[in-house]
Amino acid sequence: MIPAPFDYVAPSTVDDAVRALADAGEDAKVLAGGQSLLPVLRVRLAAPTKIIDLGKIAELRGVREEGDHLVIGSMTTHYDVQRDSLIAEHAALLARATDTVADPQVRHRGTFGGSIAHADPAGDLLAPALALDCEMVIQGMDGRRTVAAADFFEDFFTTSLAPDEILVEVRVPKHTGWPAHYEKFNRVAQAWSMVAVAATVRTDGDTIAEARVALTNMSAVPVRARGVEEALVGQPATAEAIRAAAEHAAEGTNPTVDANADVEYRQHLARVLTGRAISAAMAG
Amino acid sequence: MRITVTVDGTSYTDDVEPRTLLVHYLRERLGKVGTVVGCDTSNCGACTVHLDGHSVKSCSVLAVQADGSEVTTIEGLARDGQLHPVQQAFHDNHALQCGFCTPGMIMQSIDLLADNPDPDEHAVREGLEGNLCRCTGYQNIVKAVRDAAHHMRPGAGPEAERVAGADTGSRTASSVGGGGE
Repeated sequence: MIPAPFDYVAPSTVDDAVRALADAGEDAKVLAGGQSLLPVLRVRLAAPTKIIDLGKIAELRGVREEGDHLVIGSMTTHYDVQRDSLIAEHAALLARATDTVADPQVRHRGTFGGSIAHADPAGDLLAPALALDCEMVIQGMDGRRTVAAADFFEDFFTTSLAPDEILVEVRVPKHTGWPAHYEKFNRVAQAWSMVAVAATVRTDGDTIAEARVALTNMSAVPVRARGVEEALVGQPATAEAIRAAAEHAAEGTNPTVDANADVEYRQHLARVLTGRAISAAMAG
Repeated sequence: MRITVTVDGTSYTDDVEPRTLLVHYLRERLGKVGTVVGCDTSNCGACTVHLDGHSVKSCSVLAVQADGSEVTTIEGLARDGQLHPVQQAFHDNHALQCGFCTPGMIMQSIDLLADNPDPDEHAVREGLEGNLCRCTGYQNIVKAVRDAAHHMRPGAGPEAERVAGADTGSRTASSVGGGGE
């Protein structure tokens, strides 16, 4: 099938994009990498009257350092995130999760910011962004504002972005040298995560000094596994300690039920995958 | 909307509706029917082409997004009547049965080899994750990609895709003929 007709603009600055979005009203849609939007347009599950393509805005691409943060432009592709040396050094968790997104063709087009703004509960970059306490930099007609990841994701496919706002950058607190792993469970190649776990830890000698753990698809929004984090801190980095901490993974979660899994099974997966994710992070 | 796209070494300027998918532009306007549509869900990868040197699913890109870009399709691989080494390896290793997935498989395999000139079996399977074949069970496809890797050393990369001596002058689709509209 082909999409329903729409008007198309490809502004070259964020200011122009925000103005175009404000002028177009609520039936407009922002196009980032298009790897979720175009399939939806094609089967006509969405039929926006206007598409504002961010693809020509050079200032939205790339990764830079700003003090103790990295700043990732929202239109930076998954492919570039996977290969970025700053991300590898200061936010390895983002790279490991991005490795698992879809397939190589999709990663060439799909973008970091597009995935986050789309807010699919099974999307693989939401939990890592939450685990690292990322901040979303948003621009609208009234200027820029910053929203913490914990406040940004509101519901299924719903964020705190207003209809006339664009996610322009993601600020990532540096987690320099923290080993990381993203453990994803799905049935077949290309499938979305049934459950996945993002984990990154800092060790001090043989002791776990800090831990960041968050869960994908265990609720309408990504969930921080605080119980696991607290149980890990101060523990020796042993298989037994990890196993005990991972038992807290499903606490307070409210996963959806679908043809793949019920609540009990998803909560079981969360515990098992959390153990694997932390072990793999520490081994890596 | 007017776009200018270089496809398999030839520059085309055309008016397209914004909703036109790149794959439909290639097939129906330019007659590049070697690139096929295998699904409606973006899963199958049969429509894979290279856009500015990287593999993409051309069903998930608008033609207007390709404005100013360079596209290589399966039809742009052979040079002087000689198959691209990956095409030849698919032939030699019987890496196809019905052949419908083959254009996408070959385009993605070339992309994979540009990133990793000597992939092991696991890397080939991961690299072709976005391409579905319902006939072969993938066994001979994996063999073909590894065989091609041996024949392409050292690194063929994007250079291998470039059509030597191709006409780079501007032509409109109507002067090229073949395929709809």
